[in-house]
Amino acid sequence: MNNVVEISEVSKSYEDVKALKEISFEVEKGELFGLIGPDGAGKTTLFRILTTLLVPDSGEAKVLGMDVVENYREIRPILGYMPGRFSLYQDLSVEENIRFFASVFGTTLEENYDLVKPIYQQLEPFKNRLAGALSGGMKQKLALSCALIHKPELLILDEPTTGVDAVSRKEFWEMLHLLKHQGITILASTPYMDEADQCDRVALMQNGKILKISTPDEVAQSFSSTLYGIRSKHRFQLIQVLREYQYVKSVQPFGESVHYADHRNDPDTDDILRYLSTHGVEDAEIKKIDSNIEDTFMELMQQEESHA
Amino acid sequence: MKTIQFILQKEFLQIFRNRAMLPILFVMPIVQLLVLSFAATYELKEASFALIDYDQSSLSRELSAQFQATGYFSLEHKTFDTDEALEELKAGNVNMVLTIPENFSRDYSQGNSVSVQMLIDAVDGTKAGMIQSYGSSIIRDFNQNHIREVQLISSKKAPQLSRIELIPVNWYNPDLDYITYMVPGILVVLVSMIGLFLSGMNIVREQEIGTIEQLNVTPIKKSHFITGKIVPFWIIGMVDLVIGLALARYGFNIPFLGSLTLILIVSGIYLIVIQALGLFISTVTSTQQQAMFIAWFIMVVFILMGGLFTPIESMPVWAQDLTLANPVAWFIKMMRMVLLKGAGWQEIQHMVFVLIGMGGLFYGVAINRYKKTAG
Repeated sequence: MNNVVEISEVSKSYEDVKALKEISFEVEKGELFGLIGPDGAGKTTLFRILTTLLVPDSGEAKVLGMDVVENYREIRPILGYMPGRFSLYQDLSVEENIRFFASVFGTTLEENYDLVKPIYQQLEPFKNRLAGALSGGMKQKLALSCALIHKPELLILDEPTTGVDAVSRKEFWEMLHLLKHQGITILASTPYMDEADQCDRVALMQNGKILKISTPDEVAQSFSSTLYGIRSKHRFQLIQVLREYQYVKSVQPFGESVHYADHRNDPDTDDILRYLSTHGVEDAEIKKIDSNIEDTFMELMQQEESHA
Repeated sequence: MKTIQFILQKEFLQIFRNRAMLPILFVMPIVQLLVLSFAATYELKEASFALIDYDQSSLSRELSAQFQATGYFSLEHKTFDTDEALEELKAGNVNMVLTIPENFSRDYSQGNSVSVQMLIDAVDGTKAGMIQSYGSSIIRDFNQNHIREVQLISSKKAPQLSRIELIPVNWYNPDLDYITYMVPGILVVLVSMIGLFLSGMNIVREQEIGTIEQLNVTPIKKSHFITGKIVPFWIIGMVDLVIGLALARYGFNIPFLGSLTLILIVSGIYLIVIQALGLFISTVTSTQQQAMFIAWFIMVVFILMGGLFTPIESMPVWAQDLTLANPVAWFIKMMRMVLLKGAGWQEIQHMVFVLIGMGGLFYGVAINRYKKTAG
């Protein structure tokens, strides 16, 4: 059996809000799988079902072949979960927290020290500090250590890098790669598109639905039209004017430039520049660029919204 | 079993780390016992009165002197003007106006019946009742002392005092010592506060700060978790009770007629019952603030209707029926029975069974609800 996670047609509603609409996907053994989507997409709900904290309204979810509803007792010991909100004891020290979670899983820090070593080592100088007094990045590392201490086969991380500085985020993903090489399957969610490249496969999620599942490269390349990057000092005006253009398909501000897609198969860039300069944007530069995940995601989201 | 041990370790670590709470937990029983026992008393300390003596005889002066001589009444105002005295009463400067009519001495000496008037400010009903009963007994004593003289002097036959004399003897608390009566009740309140508030609050806290989410994905069973919350505060409650009992015994000289072991067993059972109620509160609330408020509300009702301050027997029948469902009332009753009357297992066993029944009910409902709320 190669699939660690199998989800088929899972739905979940909170009163009249449909949080998950017949979601299906699989995560293979040893994969680093990313769930990407904005707040309210349903990522946390899905994770809570997988971690046996919620029961789905319909559909089936399995972890290592075991049903999350029927066999929740068997699933819990092989699962490591790091909730989106820091959920360790703030009034216990770093070491007390990790030892407590080790003990309730029937293991010890020493037994699995090798597994958590790369992460826990960074915390050891502060091991007597109360968890509540740690910085955001340190808290995340502690939470990851605690989720790992019982050597789980599947690690579920709910937005592990939200609210963490850029350096810590990068470090965090490096640690996840290390863990992946140790054979742990990882399912992580993030609202940051730029973290998608870190995953083996990603699922783009929006409004309780999965819009696309693929490798990050494939997702990036699946943008349906030719994409141009347009730069100008008058960025705001540029966006306004471009949106009025007769062939416009999408305009997205992106860093210093604006990503532009056209309805035509082979757009005339000179025509675009001429149009811009007649409307007051004279310094525009245009060049063809490769699409990234965010472009695809924005496109898929717009399609989804126009369907709905 | 090992899991429970680890959970208990963690709970105690957290409790003993809480620098704000820990001293309170152990200082509270002492302060509560000292303050409440001395302050909450029904004995009349001092009542002030205004005197309108129209008679101005040696007998009338003797009567008013007798009021003052008891030490309970102090003469604040003397006047011949009823309105003025009533103004004083209205203004709250005096608690009572004592009026001795004209010809009081003459009529009394002749063996006629006379009357004096006590106008009592009854805003505070309890105090008014006490002033009345103290005042009546002073007048009765006065009458007894003088009637013989009157009989000798008077040609008429003076009103006879009844030949049957009542000599009340108070059992179990012969001196009607208020502290003896209060302390067992206050010990109950103390134990109830710890039992009801702390366990429940602690569970809600795990929900509020989200740690329950992390616990729920571990193999910890709900029963482990609940045990981990009940046991530490049970121990603290029992320690506090022992401190309180020691203070009652050696500080207040409360008689310990019954068996200490029985007291401890009953208290142990009671604590578990009240903790079950705390557990139930935690399942219907999601923040510590809500839990605190509900626990407080329940506690106030339980205490006021528990026979601590006002006897249950003086409540209306419907309220008396309600107290049957009040664990605090049962426990106060048992404490007083065992400590002051020396009741043994035979006398209180039915009440212990009622408590156990309540505990079973609370746990049943709480655990049932708890399973539904958290994962």
